[in-house]
Amino acid sequence: MVASDQHAIHAAFKLSRSHASGEPFTLDVDIQLPSSGVTAVFGHSGSGKTTFLRCVAGLERAQAGQLTVQGEVWQKENCHVPTHQRPIGYVFQEASLFEHLTGMGNLAFAMKRAPTPTSDEGLQQIIELMGIESVLTRLPKHMSGGERQRVAIARALLIQPRLLLMDEPLASLDHQRKQEILPYLARLRASLKIPILYVSHSVDEIAQLADHVVVLEQGTVVAQGDIGEVFARTDVNALSGFDTGAVWQGKSVARDEQWHLVKVSFQQTELWVRDTGEALGSSIRVRILARDVSLARTALDETSILNRMPATITDICPDRDEAMILVRLDCGEEVLIARLTKRSLDKMALQVGQEVWAQIKSVAIVR
Amino acid sequence: MFTAADLDAIWLTLRLASIVTVLLLIVGTPIAWWLARTQSWLKGPVGAIVALPLVLPPTVLGFYMLVAMGPNGAIGQFTQALGIGLLPFSFWGLVIASVVYSLPFVVQPIQNAMQALGERPLEAAATLRVGPWERFFCVVLPLSKPGFITAAILGFAHTVGEFGVVLMIGGNIPQQTRVVSVQIYDYVEAMEYGQAHLLAGLMVAFSFVVLLGVYGFQRQGSNSMLGVK
Amino acid sequence: MNVVKYLPWLAMGLTVTSQSCAEQVHAAVAANFTGAMKSVVAQFEQDTGHDVLLSFGSSGKILAQIQNGAPFDVFLSADQAKPQALQDKGLVQEGSRFTYAIGALALWSSLPDFIENDYSRLTSDDYNKLALANPKLAPYGLAATEVLQALGLKDTTQAKWVQGENIAQTYQFVATGNADLGFVALSQIMSKGHVTEGSSWIVPSNLYSPIRQDAVLLKTAKDNSAAKALLAYLQSDAAQQIIQSYGYTTE
Repeated sequence: MVASDQHAIHAAFKLSRSHASGEPFTLDVDIQLPSSGVTAVFGHSGSGKTTFLRCVAGLERAQAGQLTVQGEVWQKENCHVPTHQRPIGYVFQEASLFEHLTGMGNLAFAMKRAPTPTSDEGLQQIIELMGIESVLTRLPKHMSGGERQRVAIARALLIQPRLLLMDEPLASLDHQRKQEILPYLARLRASLKIPILYVSHSVDEIAQLADHVVVLEQGTVVAQGDIGEVFARTDVNALSGFDTGAVWQGKSVARDEQWHLVKVSFQQTELWVRDTGEALGSSIRVRILARDVSLARTALDETSILNRMPATITDICPDRDEAMILVRLDCGEEVLIARLTKRSLDKMALQVGQEVWAQIKSVAIVR
Repeated sequence: MFTAADLDAIWLTLRLASIVTVLLLIVGTPIAWWLARTQSWLKGPVGAIVALPLVLPPTVLGFYMLVAMGPNGAIGQFTQALGIGLLPFSFWGLVIASVVYSLPFVVQPIQNAMQALGERPLEAAATLRVGPWERFFCVVLPLSKPGFITAAILGFAHTVGEFGVVLMIGGNIPQQTRVVSVQIYDYVEAMEYGQAHLLAGLMVAFSFVVLLGVYGFQRQGSNSMLGVK
Repeated sequence: MNVVKYLPWLAMGLTVTSQSCAEQVHAAVAANFTGAMKSVVAQFEQDTGHDVLLSFGSSGKILAQIQNGAPFDVFLSADQAKPQALQDKGLVQEGSRFTYAIGALALWSSLPDFIENDYSRLTSDDYNKLALANPKLAPYGLAATEVLQALGLKDTTQAKWVQGENIAQTYQFVATGNADLGFVALSQIMSKGHVTEGSSWIVPSNLYSPIRQDAVLLKTAKDNSAAKALLAYLQSDAAQQIIQSYGYTTE
C-alpha cells in the first residue's frame, strides 16, 4: 500500500482565499502519493488541482501545510523551503521559456544550475527524447506552441529533478499539437525513474499516461487510487459522463495475422484488439468506454461484436444525463461499466446480482 | 563654425549626460523594480514623487534645489558636514540635479518593461534553482532590456535638453556648468543669433535622431517581451 | 497662457474704455526695475484710471520678443543698447527714447557683517563664490567687471565667479546663501532708502560707467494714449521720487 512506502510523498495543505470574482476558494487535502510512476491530479477547472501543484512546488504557500517528499520535509509548520531549493522540475501550462534565450540557451540555463554536470550523451538523449534537435538555435518566439512545450519539458528534465511537476502541459495546445506531444510524454514516462505529478482535466490524457489518479472536486479529494480502480468507479462525478469508462491493464498473448488482431489477456478475461504492432508479451493498456458496452440477457451467436463475456451486475447508478443509467459489472477480476438508456434497463428488467452478457463494441488501446 | 566655447559646452554636455545616464540606471532600476512589484500603499506616493519632474516647471525644481543645496538647506548642510562643500555652481551639483530631473524618464520605461514580464518568468526561474537575487540579474534584467534601452536614451536626451534647472543652479561656469542649452540662451540674449542658430540646429538634429531611434527601436522590440498569454 | 489669464481683465478693460476713455498699456520691463515699476504703476493707475499690464524679464529676451512681434507698447530696458537696436530697426516711435533711471551697483552678502562697507572682503580669499550677472548680457554684469577691473581684482577673483543670466538670478544666488558675495543692483536690496538685509558696500559710481536704463514707445503703440501717458508719468517728479527710493538716480 502507498501509505507504508517511506519514499512516498505526503502532501497535506489547507489554504483558503477569495477569488478575484469574489467567490471563496478552499483547498483542503491530505494525500499520500506513490514514489514512482505518473500520478495524475484530475479535476475540472476551479477544483484546486493547479493550486495543489503550486503548493507542492512552493510557488504558493498554504496557510497550514505539511509536505514530505521522499523523507525530506519541504513544508511543516513555520518551515517552508523556497521553490529554488526544492529538487523539482516544473512544466507550466504555457511553455514559459526565457524569451531572450534560444532553445539551447534555455537548456543550458537549466544545465548550469543542475546539481551534477550533464554529460553530452545525457543531453543528446533528452534532445532526442523530446525531438527538439531542429529548434535549438531558434528563439522561442520563432517556435510553434508544441515545440516550445517540448523544449520546456527538456529544460525541466535537465535540472535533474527528483520530482517532476507538470501543470496541464497540453492544455494550451490545439488537438493536433496535443497529438504531437503525447507520444513524447509516453516515452518520457517509460524512460524516467522519478515520480511525475501530472495535473490535467483531460480524461484522455490521464487514461494514457497515469498509473495513479487523484480526483479533486472543490478543493477536496473525492477519489484516489490506481487508475483502473478509480476509473471503474461510477460515483465520481468528475469522471462520469461521455468519457466514463474502465481502464484495463493486460498483456498481449497471441496474434492473428490474417485478421490483424491481437489477443490481450487480463486477470480472468481476454479481448481481441486491433494489431498495432506491439511485440507479444508486451504490456498493453486499454480503455473501454461505457457508451461502447451493451448488455444482453443471453449469449447471441449472430452478432458483429467480437468481444463479449459473461458478467454480473454489481451496481446501477444514475448518470448525469437524465435518460441514461450507468451499470457496473464484474467480469471476474475486471470491472466494466456500461451506459444504457433507462428505457432499456426497464425493458430488460435488469437488477443488481443478475448474470448478463456484456458486449464490447470497441476497445481503445491507450498504451 | 563652432567656437572653442561652443565645443567646451558640447563636450561638457555629453560628459554630463553620460554620467547622469549611468547614475540614473543605477538609481532608477531598484526604484522601478520596487514600483513594479510592490503592493504597498506607498506605491502611489513614491510613484508620484518620481513623476513630479514631469509636470513641475524646471525653474521650480531648480529653485528648490538651489535652496536645498544652499548653506541653509538640508542637502547643503549634509554636504558641508561631509566636507564636500556646497553643490551649486559645480559639475557634480548639476549631475545630482539632472538625476532628479530626469528620473521619471528612466524609471517609467523600466517599470513598464518589468510590469509587462509578470510573475511567470520569475516562477520558471525559481523552479530552475535560481535564487531571488540571481533571478533579478539573470532573468528580469535581460528580459527588460528594451525598457532599459529606451530609458537610457530618454535619460541621456533629456539631460542634454535640460535648461531651467541648469540655469538656476549652474552659474554659467565654462567647462563646469555652461552646457549647450545655456550657451544657446546666452547667444540669444546677446543677440548673436547666428551662433545661436548653429547650436540650436545641432540640438534639434540630435533630438530628432534620438527620438527616431527610440520609436524605431520600440516598434522593432514590441513583440520581444515574454510572449505568453 | 497669459492671454487666457488676462481675458477677464481685458474684457473689463474694454467695458471701462467705453465708459471713461481709460486705455490699456502693455509694458515690458527689465527685471531689475520690477519693484520700482510696480510702485510707479500703482500710483499711475490710481491717478489716471489707465490699465497697465506688466511683463518682467531680461532685456535681451524682451528685445527678441519685440523683434518677433510681441504685443508690447512700451519697453523699459536695463541698458541703452537694446532700445538703440530697436530704434535702428525702425521699431521705435521717433523721439520717444529717454533715460528713466540710472542704476547703482552694490556688493552684497546675505550674511550680516560679512561686508564692512568696503571691498576688503574681495581682496581676502575668505568667501566661497562671487556672483555677478553675465557681463555679456546684463549691464549690471558689465558694470561689475568694470569695478573689479578698476580695483585690480578681476584676475584674482575670476576663479570664484558664478554668473547669473540676469541680475535677478544673481540676486537669488546670493540671497539663498549659495554665493557669499555678489554684485547686485542696489534697487534689489534697497527699500524706502535703506538696505534691509545682510551687509553691503554701495559701489562708488566713479568705478563703473553709469548704468543708464532707457525706455521707448514702440511704433505699434504710437496712437495709444495710455502708453504715452505712462512714459510721461515716468518723468514726473512723483515717479522719480519713487524710483529714487529704490536706489536709482534720475536725471
